[in-house]
Amino acid sequence: MAEIVLDKVTKRYPDGALAVSEVDIQIKDGEFIILVGPSGCGKSTMLNMIAGLEDISAGELRIDGQRVNEKAPKDRDIAMVFQSYALYPHMSVRENMAFPLRLAKVDDKIVRQKVDEAAKILDLTQHLERKPANLSGGQRQRVAMGRAIVRSPKAFLMDEPLSNLDAKLRVQMRTSVSKLQKQLATTTVYVTHDQTEAMTLGDRVVVLRGGVVQQIGSPQFLYDNPANLFVAGFIGSPSMNFMPGTLENGSLSTGLGSVTLSDRVRRLAESAKAPREVIAGIRPEHFEDAHVLDEHTLSGGSTFTATVDVLESMGSDKFAYFTVEGEAATSAELEELAADAGTGDVSASGTQLVTRLSATSAAQEGAQAEVWFDADKIQLFDPSSGKNLTYAE
Amino acid sequence: MSDTTFVYVPPSTEGKKSKAAASKLTGRKLRWTLVDIVILVYALVPVLWTLSLSFKTAETQTDKSFFPTEWTFQNYRDIFTTNEFIRALVNSIGIAIIATLIAVVLGTMAAYAIARLDFPGKQILVGVSLLIAMFPQVSLVSPLFEMERQLGLFDTWPGLILPYITFALPLAIYTLSAFFREIPWELEKAAKMDGATPAQAFRRVIAPLAAPGVFTTAILVFIFCWNDFLFAISLTSTEASRTVPAALSFFTGASQFEAPTGTISAAAVVITIPIIIFVLFFQRRIVAGLTSGAVKG
Amino acid sequence: MSELANEPSTRSQTVESGPAVAAPPPRKGKAALSEGKKAERKLGLLLCAPAAIVMLAVTGWPIIYSVWLSLQRYDLRFPDQREFVWFENYAAVLSDGYWWTAFGVTAGLTVVSVVIELVLGMLLALAMHRTLVGRGLIRTVSLIPYGIVTVVAAFSWFYAWDSNTGYLSALFNAESPLTDRFSALAIIILAEVWKTTPFMALLLMAGLALVPDDLLKAASMDGATAWQRFTKVMLPVMKPAILVALLFRTLDAFRIFDNIFVLTKGANDTSSVSMQTYNNLIKGLNLGIGSTMSVLIFIAVAIIAFIFIKLFGASAPGNDPGGKR
Repeated sequence: MAEIVLDKVTKRYPDGALAVSEVDIQIKDGEFIILVGPSGCGKSTMLNMIAGLEDISAGELRIDGQRVNEKAPKDRDIAMVFQSYALYPHMSVRENMAFPLRLAKVDDKIVRQKVDEAAKILDLTQHLERKPANLSGGQRQRVAMGRAIVRSPKAFLMDEPLSNLDAKLRVQMRTSVSKLQKQLATTTVYVTHDQTEAMTLGDRVVVLRGGVVQQIGSPQFLYDNPANLFVAGFIGSPSMNFMPGTLENGSLSTGLGSVTLSDRVRRLAESAKAPREVIAGIRPEHFEDAHVLDEHTLSGGSTFTATVDVLESMGSDKFAYFTVEGEAATSAELEELAADAGTGDVSASGTQLVTRLSATSAAQEGAQAEVWFDADKIQLFDPSSGKNLTYAE
Repeated sequence: MSDTTFVYVPPSTEGKKSKAAASKLTGRKLRWTLVDIVILVYALVPVLWTLSLSFKTAETQTDKSFFPTEWTFQNYRDIFTTNEFIRALVNSIGIAIIATLIAVVLGTMAAYAIARLDFPGKQILVGVSLLIAMFPQVSLVSPLFEMERQLGLFDTWPGLILPYITFALPLAIYTLSAFFREIPWELEKAAKMDGATPAQAFRRVIAPLAAPGVFTTAILVFIFCWNDFLFAISLTSTEASRTVPAALSFFTGASQFEAPTGTISAAAVVITIPIIIFVLFFQRRIVAGLTSGAVKG
Repeated sequence: MSELANEPSTRSQTVESGPAVAAPPPRKGKAALSEGKKAERKLGLLLCAPAAIVMLAVTGWPIIYSVWLSLQRYDLRFPDQREFVWFENYAAVLSDGYWWTAFGVTAGLTVVSVVIELVLGMLLALAMHRTLVGRGLIRTVSLIPYGIVTVVAAFSWFYAWDSNTGYLSALFNAESPLTDRFSALAIIILAEVWKTTPFMALLLMAGLALVPDDLLKAASMDGATAWQRFTKVMLPVMKPAILVALLFRTLDAFRIFDNIFVLTKGANDTSSVSMQTYNNLIKGLNLGIGSTMSVLIFIAVAIIAFIFIKLFGASAPGNDPGGKR
C-alpha cells in the first residue's frame, strides 16, 4: 500500500510528440483513482510510466515518497491488469497466478496457500488447473485480477480491464472490482475510456485530453462542476446538450428562445467576465415535460415548444429527442468529443437536443411537446477557450 | 469443377433440416469426395511410381507396368552396401541439420529484433532478405565456385552449408518474425510487472511461446536444404560432400550396360521418407509457417 | 487545438512551457531514457548482425566478384590466358544463338508453368479452403509435392516417360517423348507444375482466408452468382496474395534447373539459362563466360522483380511497418 505522486510528469517521444504534459497528481494511500479520456489522450502512457514500462521524459514519480523513475518494473512492487489480460497461454490458471510469487522465490507452501486464497476470493477454485484458452472472458478477467492481488502489491494498475467483456458482464465485474478494491484497500489506478466506469468506480476521476489534465475531482463534483467544455461533454450519459447562445443583460438567448438566468448563474458569469457569445450547456435531466410540473417550479425556468423527433421510453423515464434550429455549437473540444464518439462526420442541420422526461409525460413522437428546463442548471462556456464560465469551486 | 466450388457452405449446423436439404448435403459431400480423390491421385501417383520402381526386380524394370509384377528388396540392399549412397546420405543429413540449426539460431535472433526492437537499418535488413529470397541462385554459382576453390571450401561441408544458410535465412526471418508478432507484446509487459527480469521474461514466457514457430521454421529450412540440387552439384566434386540429390545423377547400374533405375528409385524413396514424416505429423504447422510469412494483410 | 490544450483547467497547471521543459531537473531520468533507447538499438543491431553478415558475405560480395570475373577471359583449362577483356564476354554471350534459345526456353517455361500453376493453384486452394470432406487429408497430401526433393520427382517423371521403363510413355504410346523438343518441354512443364502448384495453392489459400465469409454472404444477398462472387469479391480481396504468389513463383520458375537437368540434360534445345551457366562453368570450366551469364540472369531477375514491385505498389511485402506501438 502506498501513496503515489506524479510531479510534473512528462512523456515526449523521440519523434517529438508530446504524449503526457506536466501532470501533477497525488494519489492517496488506498485511493481508487480513475484516469479517463478519449483514445490517444495519454492515459495509457501515464499508466505505463507509473508501471515502469515506459520511461519518464521529465518530472518525478514518487511511490511512498521515494523517487522511482529509474526503477525497473519488478522493483516497484506494483501489479498490473491488462486490457487483453495478458495471461500466459502455456500456463494453467494456478501457474499464472503463482508466477509473480515464484519469480519472487516465495516458498512453495506459501505460494499454494496464497493462490488458493486468491482463487477463493475470485471464485476460481474449480478452474485452477485449466488453461486460459478454456476459460470464458469473465473467468480470464478474474484470473488477471488474481495474478495481481496474489502478491499483495503496493498498488494496482488497471488498463481498461473490463473493455473486452460484454455489456452485462461488464456491469457485474464493475461491482466486483469495486468491492474487491474496498476489501483490499490497495491504492488503485484505473484507466478507462468509459465514462460510466469513471463515474461509478473511482474515489476521484482524472480527465485527460491530449496529454493534459483537464480536471481532477470526485465523480459527482466533475459532473456538477465541469471545468470546461471537454469535461462537460465527456462526463455524463447521454451527454450534455450544447448550443450557441448570446448573453445580454442577464438573459441568454439560444435556439430554445430567451431565458432569464438565475441570480447564481448570472453572478458566476459576471465574475468570470463572460463574453457576449457563449456556449450554453444543459444536461438532459434538467429538462421536463411542462405539463407534469407545478406553477412554482415552472417559474424557475423557461419553456419551449417543439416537435418530438424520437421518443425512447425506458420505463423509468422517457428520452425525447428534438432538433433545435440554428447553428450548432462549435469548438475544438466538442469536435474532438464527437470524433471520439464516432459521430464527428454525422452532419445534421441544427442541434440535436436530448431531454429526459418523467415516465408520466404524455409526449408523443411526431407531435408537439412543451418542454421546460431549469434556468439555474444552465452552464455557460467560453467558445474560444472552452472554460466553464459558471464554474463553482 | 462446377460452379458449386464457390458456393458458401455454412459450417454444417445440422438440426431440423428438410430431407431435400439433407440429400443436397450428401450430394455435395459426394462431389467433394470426388475432388479429394482427384487431388490424392495427383499428389501421390509420382511418389507411388518411384516406390514401385524401387521394388521392381532388374528384369521387370522395363515392363512398363505401374505396379511391380515381381517384388524385391534387392535395390535397397544394393544402395546400402555401396559406400556411394551411404556417404551421400550422411552428407545430406549432416549438412542439412547443421545448416538448419545455424540458420534457425541466426534467424531467430534477427526475427526477434525485427519484430520487437526499434533500431536503425531494420527496414534495410527486411529489404535485403527479401531480395535474397528472390535471388537467382545460379548467379552465385560462378563466383562461389571460384571463391570456394581459392578458400579451400570447395567440395567441403562448410562450402555447402554457407550458401544454404544464406538462402534459408530470409525464409527463417520471415516466418519467425510473423510468429513473434503473434505473441502479444503485453505478455512481456505482464511478465515484467510480475517481477521478471528481461532474461526471465524471455526464458519463461517468450521462449515457450515461440518454440512452435521455431520448430516449424526448422522444418521448412530443413526441407529447403534437403531439396537443393544446384549448389550440391556445382560446389562438390567427390563423395566428400556430395549430397543425395547430386549423387543420384552419378549412380551407375550394377553392370555397365544396366540402367541404374532400381537403385536410383530406392535412394529416392529413402530421401523422401523424412519429408513424408514431416508432412504427416506437422501438416498444420507447415501450412501455417508457409502462409504466415508470405501474406500479411 | 494546442491553444485550447494549454488552457489552465484546474489545479494541475503551472507555469506555461518555456524553461520548465527546456531544463528538466532530473538529469538522471533523461539519461536513462536515451540509455534505454541506445541499449535497444544496440541489442537490435547485435541480434541482426550475424544474419546480415552471412547474407551479405555469401551474396553481396560474390555478385560483385562475379561482375569482375565476367569482364575477364578466364578459362580454367587455360589459366595462363587470363586477361581483362572488358565486355567481350557479354558480346560473345549475347550474340550466341544457344544463349538466346535457352533464354526463350526459360521465359516460355516460366510463363506457361506459372499461368497453369495459378489456375490449378486457385482450384486447389478453393478445394482446400472449402471442402466438406477430409480437409486435413488433402492439405497433408498436397504438401507432398511441395516437400519432395525436386530431383526425386524429376526422376519419377523421367522414368514415367522414358521409352524403356515408362508407364506413361506406354499409356500414350509415345516413342521417345523426352527426345522430342516439344514433348520434352511439355514434360518439363508438367514436372514443374506438379511440384509447385501446392505451394502456389497455399499462398492463395492464405489470401482466401482473408475474404470474410460475411462479405460473400452479403454478395449473394445482393444477387451475385457464384462466378460473380469469385471475380468481383474474392479476387479483388485476394489481389495482394495473388501478386505475392506470382512474384515468388515467377522468380523461382525463372531459375529452373533441377527438372531440366534430370529430364533432358538440356538436350534438343530444352536448356534453360541456369542450365547453360552450369554447363559453361562446371562442364566447360569457363569462369568468364559463366560469370557473364550469372550477371545477365541477375539483371533479368532484377527486372522481373522490379516490374512486380511496381505492380504491388504499397502492398509489397516488407512494407509491413512491423513492431510495436
